[in-house]
Amino acid sequence: MSLDFKPGAFDFFRDETFRESFTYRNSNPLRFPFPFDRDDYMYSVNMEPHVPGRKGTAFEHVFDVDEHYVSEMIDRAKVLADDPLRCQSLPHMTLAGWDLLELIMEAKARDYPQWFSLTKNGNRWHWVNRPLGIEQSLTFLDESTLPYGPFEYITRQTQGDFSLQDERDNDLWMDAGMITSQADWSLDFDIGMSFMEWHAPVPLAHEKGVFDRALKFLLKLQHGAPVRRFNWTMTVNPLLDTAPETYPKWGPTKTTLTQENLGAKQHLRVELQSLWRLPRSNAIAFDIRCYLCSFEQIVTVPKWARRLHRVVRDLPEELAAYKGFLRNRPAMVEWLSKYDDGAPTSPGWWPDD
Amino acid sequence: MLTPVTPTIRSRPVYAPLEARPGRLHLMVADGEGADALVDMMGKASDRSQILASAHMIYAPGPNGTDRTDALKALGLRQFFRAPTVPALLPRLIRVLADAHMGTQFYLAGTEGLIGQAEREIMATGFPMGAIQKEHRGSTVRRVQCVHCKGITENVATDPFKCSHCGLNLFVRDHYSRRIAAFQGVNIDAEDPGLVPEPVVRFK
Repeated sequence: MSLDFKPGAFDFFRDETFRESFTYRNSNPLRFPFPFDRDDYMYSVNMEPHVPGRKGTAFEHVFDVDEHYVSEMIDRAKVLADDPLRCQSLPHMTLAGWDLLELIMEAKARDYPQWFSLTKNGNRWHWVNRPLGIEQSLTFLDESTLPYGPFEYITRQTQGDFSLQDERDNDLWMDAGMITSQADWSLDFDIGMSFMEWHAPVPLAHEKGVFDRALKFLLKLQHGAPVRRFNWTMTVNPLLDTAPETYPKWGPTKTTLTQENLGAKQHLRVELQSLWRLPRSNAIAFDIRCYLCSFEQIVTVPKWARRLHRVVRDLPEELAAYKGFLRNRPAMVEWLSKYDDGAPTSPGWWPDD
Repeated sequence: MLTPVTPTIRSRPVYAPLEARPGRLHLMVADGEGADALVDMMGKASDRSQILASAHMIYAPGPNGTDRTDALKALGLRQFFRAPTVPALLPRLIRVLADAHMGTQFYLAGTEGLIGQAEREIMATGFPMGAIQKEHRGSTVRRVQCVHCKGITENVATDPFKCSHCGLNLFVRDHYSRRIAAFQGVNIDAEDPGLVPEPVVRFK
């Protein structure tokens, strides 16, 4: 795979950009995984089983392949060409990379047979990824048969950031990552850290015991029983790659919002995170799938419009600061208030049918 | 006395006074006032002569010029080596680690930059963290990595400061990477270029 592949082989995949011209759009906002199940927000462990969900939503399959797939993979290839440090794997994580490759190839071939196929003859595998125009014969567990290490190979073909956690000393160590659509954290700085270390900068949650409970929960995670949770933040423009490395480039866009352009430029950024125990390595794969939706698309769903207004308005100041939108919160609240008539909202995150 | 560290976030290292523990080899790495931590430890050790007979000390003066070479030599350690700077000390440490076996006790003392870089080399050889004791003494200047250009600036005293590699104005976080042995520096005027607060001496 290179930067040369082009969308177009399938009409389903949008030809769009996450930089410069920012032509990213959602054809159907109802597909967006809106993360707020009530009118306020505070950190919690909020894990639930990651099982296939409603048809036509981001939850239908465990590795959601949506209309942005091809364009996101082009964007990832560009990020890696600019900065190869965004994908790193410490030497002992190769087996976990194979585990992840197997998990993703099997899931995609099962759930999207029109786009992906995997044929196995013992350890000799044949993988076809039609949207990206990839055909690859490989020998499972033999690195020399792939153009990249197994972790990089499969995550260059899978939406979502991924990290791999090694389990040692009753702790999880983030010892590999493919991180190109991150909410402002640096893999290169954090790789090798323990669970508490890489979460260290998060405010309020440590004091509430959220991370102690989350670590205990994850150490018990079983193979075949993945879990998921939401996280979220705010991003100006549909920019996937909000990395600290490039913050001087994208930081100034936070100062460009007006009441006139806010609906189009301001995006709610949702991470649908899923966690998977891997069978051979006993590592845990962490899939951080990023979905972006502009405010003007969110407010087409009346329940979401009312709720987003209330969540943004009432969020504790430390969280708005940590999530990097304290300076724009008053403008967001002003813009969103026009779409909140004060009516009660129904529980849960689904739009009202 | 141990340089006090206010616990802030959980990646920020914390330290404790060194204590002599039984071991086959006692590898001591220190800079500046870190020498005093080792002198104090030896003063309290019950098996002092045994430790001295299997001790290897690697030392450099501190970033503030403090040089306790004479006091360390007077301890009577089996091996003592003085390097002019921390970077000059590391190749010898790496060589010594190549022969160090399980049962080695590691004692690191002095600035956080020295402790962090020595710890990184020790951990790279696979020794458990439990074998490494660390006591912060003396200067609190920081070793900071610029998250943007990846260059490391040594002995950072002010916050914000100018990255010695790319020139961006960085604020100093408490977020710390043991793999890089550095705190993280992030551009302070990214959103409002040119709006840089007056630098304040936070680390001395």
